[in-house]
Amino acid sequence: MIYLLCFVLFGVGMYGLLVKKNIIKLIMSMMISSYAIHIFLIASGFRRHGRAPVLDLSNNMQKAVMVDPLPQTLVLISIIVGAAGIALLCVVAIRLYQKFGTFDITKMKEEIED
Amino acid sequence: MIELYILLILMIIGSIIALEVRDLLSSVILVGTVGVCLSIGFIMLKAPDLAMTQLIVQILLVLILIRATISKDVRFINSKKEFGIFIIVIIGLAVFINFADEVVNNLPIFGKPIMWVSQTYLKNALNSTDVVNLVSKISLDYRIFDTFGAMIALFTAVIGVLAIGRQRSQEKD
Repeated sequence: MIYLLCFVLFGVGMYGLLVKKNIIKLIMSMMISSYAIHIFLIASGFRRHGRAPVLDLSNNMQKAVMVDPLPQTLVLISIIVGAAGIALLCVVAIRLYQKFGTFDITKMKEEIED
Repeated sequence: MIELYILLILMIIGSIIALEVRDLLSSVILVGTVGVCLSIGFIMLKAPDLAMTQLIVQILLVLILIRATISKDVRFINSKKEFGIFIIVIIGLAVFINFADEVVNNLPIFGKPIMWVSQTYLKNALNSTDVVNLVSKISLDYRIFDTFGAMIALFTAVIGVLAIGRQRSQEKD
């Protein structure tokens, strides 16, 4: 059920990516889709009554009850690289605004065709 | 895990409102609240490193997005919708959710992960190195080439930002 809610959140992002025409809204849709993927991966590694993957040096018998640390590692890298990609998209959007005077992609297309 | 359900439903509602509202600035701030909800969800799923990283990155991204929108005088969107595309996309998403339901039924149930690869990591956790945090241990020791490739992508993006956004190329237009 939690997985299905993550898929619904991804669907909301896809809906924005397909329907919206404002560039800022498109960037926001990509952010929402990436959030959905991140929380789906983390939820797939969750263990009930598990601990955070940090060792306690005084007690050695606790490794069996940890959540899966591998998806957390991959998502940690994905968050940082995704943020850099979103920043690049924002800079492109600012330059497009300086060139065309609008954020609307259909108006940009009309202006190019004229 | 009822809190996680509530949090995910809040995220879905927040993203729908953020995509549908006409004021660009409030929509950016709504996406910021969705990111903060995601950070709280990471804490509930026992991933504190991710929660901290997500919070910092979210603040930076909201600042960048506000920089992109706030000084422009086109904060309000007034474009009319095309209902043909809208209906087609809604039907496609319904089909997607239907298939996703099939996929979810074949996944391991929530709360009992398989952990094929992680068993080795957990077993050798303290013997090979003296790192306490397993996430940083995996990303900087077992999977360092993965991190290296990600850093290449990160620096490529930073070079792109500097090349596109610098002042001199703006003056040439």
